[in-house]
Amino acid sequence: MKDADKKRLLREMIFFRRFEDRCFEAYMERKIGGFLHLYSGQEAVATGVLDMARTGQGEKNDYVITGYRDHIHAIKTGAPAREVMAELFGKETGSSKGRGGSMHIFDASQNFMGGYALVGQPFPLAAGLAMGAKHKGTDQIAICFLGDGANNQGTFHETLNMASVWNLPVLFVCENNGYAIGTHIDRSTAQPEQYKRVDTAYNIKSSQHDGMNIETVLKEAKKAIDYVRKEQKPYFIEFMTYRFRGHSMSDAKGYRTRDEELEWEQRDPIKNFSKNLIKEGLITEQDIKAMEKEIDDEIENDIIKFAEESPEPKVEELTRYVLDDNPDPRWVGPLQK
Amino acid sequence: MAETAYWEAIRRAHDEEMARDKMVIAMGEDIGVAGGTYKATLGLYDKYGEDRVIDCPISENSYTGIGIGASMVGMRPIIEIMSINFALLALDTIVNAAAKIRYMSGGQLQCPIVMRTPGGTAHQLAAQHSARLARMFMSTSGLRVVTPRGPLDAYGMLKSAIRSNDPVIIIEHEQMYNLKEDIPEEEFFRSLEGAEVVREGTDITLIGYNYSVHLCLEAAKRLEADGISAEVVDLRALKPIDRETIRESVEKTHNVLVAEEDEAPVGVGSEIITGIIEDCFFALDSQPVRIHAADVPVPYNAKLEKAAIPHADDVYQGALKVLGKI
Ligand SMILES: Cc1ncc(C[n+]2csc(CCOP(=O)(O)OP(=O)(O)O)c2C)c(N)n1
Ligand SMILES: [Mg+2]
Repeated sequence: MKDADKKRLLREMIFFRRFEDRCFEAYMERKIGGFLHLYSGQEAVATGVLDMARTGQGEKNDYVITGYRDHIHAIKTGAPAREVMAELFGKETGSSKGRGGSMHIFDASQNFMGGYALVGQPFPLAAGLAMGAKHKGTDQIAICFLGDGANNQGTFHETLNMASVWNLPVLFVCENNGYAIGTHIDRSTAQPEQYKRVDTAYNIKSSQHDGMNIETVLKEAKKAIDYVRKEQKPYFIEFMTYRFRGHSMSDAKGYRTRDEELEWEQRDPIKNFSKNLIKEGLITEQDIKAMEKEIDDEIENDIIKFAEESPEPKVEELTRYVLDDNPDPRWVGPLQK
Repeated sequence: MAETAYWEAIRRAHDEEMARDKMVIAMGEDIGVAGGTYKATLGLYDKYGEDRVIDCPISENSYTGIGIGASMVGMRPIIEIMSINFALLALDTIVNAAAKIRYMSGGQLQCPIVMRTPGGTAHQLAAQHSARLARMFMSTSGLRVVTPRGPLDAYGMLKSAIRSNDPVIIIEHEQMYNLKEDIPEEEFFRSLEGAEVVREGTDITLIGYNYSVHLCLEAAKRLEADGISAEVVDLRALKPIDRETIRESVEKTHNVLVAEEDEAPVGVGSEIITGIIEDCFFALDSQPVRIHAADVPVPYNAKLEKAAIPHADDVYQGALKVLGKI
């Protein structure tokens, strides 16, 4: 990896952490409503995988789809951070025009195909995106991020089977943070090692890696993405990770021990990557401090400002986007009586 | 009498029934160790153990199906589905199995399950967490559908539902779990059938169920200040519907409004008003009115959300419209 890339990735991850921290504050200030699920702790997974995916090329991007914990996946795929924040503020300038909110960030211009609230819902959608890409003969792939809990949904098993039988170019990324809300994986899942659930059962290649180490994620994600694109087959990659905050802003707590939390905090992907870069002499403590300051300024003076100052949707436009404005856009000839 | 919150009423019914009958079990996501999203099973995991307060994986169709299967051999599962939106994943097993097994088997089998789930909008939970869907269940033969408006019914109807030999869908509401009411400390039951006049009046009948009863009650208070006496009827059960109580009220007031939080098409209001036309059309002095949600997925933005769902003021304005006052 080039030195410049290392520094860029560190900056991105710090930005993602600060962005989510700021969302937390904005929720406390009642600027954000509804359900808010933050990504803190898991940054290395989306950052690493999507850094290896095709992004930044608009409609040529790979397709990305995920659940409700979706802000960072959207931004890393190419959704402007200020539009994501504006969405959280319910503004017309938001990624989904204020209609979707935190759990439903969409940016079709970047092929970020959405955040979905129903656990397991994105699996078949992702396979469908892959089928579309394959049908059209592009070399795009679909990347589906979902949690460990989602793998107990029927859609997981049905989709994996079909994706395998039909050779669909889809990468399933399991972000295994050990919990589905307050239920530990050992209490919900017969085979907690997720990657083992797919290889023999569905004949899909799979592997498990450390999701707290950005360099590991980059390396393994590259291999997986290359495989999916080249072989036109699904792949299942599992990253072991941890969320540092509650499941959402309302969290029952008490379902995990402080010791366990501290143990995982030792593996903080940002702290450890920072340490490594300092050790390698690429960056100093002061550089990082300056970087953080710069990020905070950007969040406050650009992103939050944009979200604050943007207009809300008009109430008169309540029914806009329910159906196509054009009653039958595909109709080309005269209507038959 | 003891002041009891809606969630406490549900918890108490679970606790009493589980203590009485070993066949009663609770199933759902996060209901055990975590005590339930709405605290409906708080403490029961410690009391009854993991075999009777069962934390389920996120597999709604299959764990509901497992509950249904267990009910066919004598168990009494109370299944909590965290939000009615997720109940859609279990529709196959509820509609194609639970609702039909008694009939298909010529009465040999039954599925005495209880499925509890909150429907309705809360605050900015957006399109995939705000479904109401009462109309979907009330159109399915073979189910009972009830909508407790407060702690009294939440407790009394759950007790009855657990003992009922039919599949019972209990539709709760995100915004009602903390609602408080004095309820008797001795054990009691509330019928799974029958509407109830919750406020007497002479000029207009306001019909609601679940949360919309509260909108009707609030509107009735405002109407009273205008010198209009509104009667409020709580449907309580959407399946079967108590047409008799509705007819009696309409024959008394001659004017009617139905308030539902659902979208209007093929909804509760359509069904109730059709019934009124069939049962007592000539008692009406005015055109009935439905107050309902806009025909849109529920928006995230707070202002749009407010515009999309009905409020007490809409019921109030609607009543004035029925009476030709605006
Ligand atoms: C169909 C469905 N059932 C239940 C829920 C409630 N719910 C929201 S998130 C969640 C846990 C998901 O856990 P996991 O897939 O591990 O993702 P994580 O939150 O850990 O990222 C549950 C049960 C839901 N949103 N959709
Ligand atoms: Mg998880």
